[in-house]
Amino acid sequence: MSGQTQRLNVVPTVTMLGVVKARLVGATRGHALLKKKSDALTVQFRQILKKIVSTKESMGDIMKTSSFALTEAKYVAGDSIKHVVLENVREASLRVRSRQENVAGVKLPKFEHAADADAARSDLTGLARGGQQVQQCRAAYVRAIEVLVELASLQTSFLTLDEAIKTTNRRVNALENVVKPRLENTISYIKGELDELEREDFFRLKKIQGYKKREIQKQMQLQLQLQMRSSSDAPLNKGVSFDSSRNLLAVADKDDDIIF
Amino acid sequence: MANRVQIPTNSSALIAMIADEDTVVGFLLAGVGNVDIRRKTNYLIVDSKTTVKQIEDAFKEFTTREDIAIVLISQYVANMIRFLVDSYNKPVPAILEIPSKDHPYDPAHDSVLSRVKYLFNTESVASGRR
Repeated sequence: MSGQTQRLNVVPTVTMLGVVKARLVGATRGHALLKKKSDALTVQFRQILKKIVSTKESMGDIMKTSSFALTEAKYVAGDSIKHVVLENVREASLRVRSRQENVAGVKLPKFEHAADADAARSDLTGLARGGQQVQQCRAAYVRAIEVLVELASLQTSFLTLDEAIKTTNRRVNALENVVKPRLENTISYIKGELDELEREDFFRLKKIQGYKKREIQKQMQLQLQLQMRSSSDAPLNKGVSFDSSRNLLAVADKDDDIIF
Repeated sequence: MANRVQIPTNSSALIAMIADEDTVVGFLLAGVGNVDIRRKTNYLIVDSKTTVKQIEDAFKEFTTREDIAIVLISQYVANMIRFLVDSYNKPVPAILEIPSKDHPYDPAHDSVLSRVKYLFNTESVASGRR
């Protein structure tokens, strides 16, 4: 697997080892945090999912009720009511207020319906007949709007959360499967490389030590031989005569050079 | 996240509608309708004479207008422009498929519900109940 072998391109030094280790610690902590975030988002996501399904179900009922209320109103007030309604559209009195909610760093939109209180529909729809039914129909549709607005905010949260969870999971996986192994590989590489250097160094020192030892032994033997030779003709010039001592400098250049 | 869509926080946004006449009339009665100075409405009444092109244009307009937070669309209308609805993936405005009076509501066609089912196929969240 190519993921196992890859590592960062760094110089194997102790400093670099420290840096990479610090990065690994950071990556581990980030991974844990992101994992937590992902879990929190998933919990929220499931709640929203359940709510969406139940709200969708209730939406069917409410739409049925409001359609029926409209049919009632049409029956009582006459079919021409829709023309009156269509002609009377001015400013929306029922609007949507949106705000943000923060869930684990993800901003979720929340919609609320907001009715203009003062514009409480002073129009004369259904004045002639069927006013009661028209009012009921309106109330039914306002309820439908409430449910639909809730559903819309759930749905929006669903989409946003879905996206956020995907991104978070991608990051978690990237950290877990790419960044962390790479850092670990780098650390083991640096450690191996440092060990190698140490071994090389040790071997070199050993080698030099052995060389020096051999050299010292050689010299000791040389000196021993010299002593042996000098001790064999020692009786001849044991006593240093006045002449020879005076002549010391003249004799000295005949000595062997001593090489250390 | 660079591609994160900014969610506007305005105090009063509109609800747009693309639906059959009865549904639109009902919601207009509730006070959703809005007509601006240039006589532009925030709803489209779909009847037998409405072309798919008109629906497409209305859908595109409603989803790009900034003062619209929710787009209600009848499911049978949504089925006509299914490719547009499915390719739409922005959080705001939210697209909501609503049942209409003379077309039965089929939750399998709903783009969001189908995604819910797709995501949680093994769970009984969406598949078991309906």
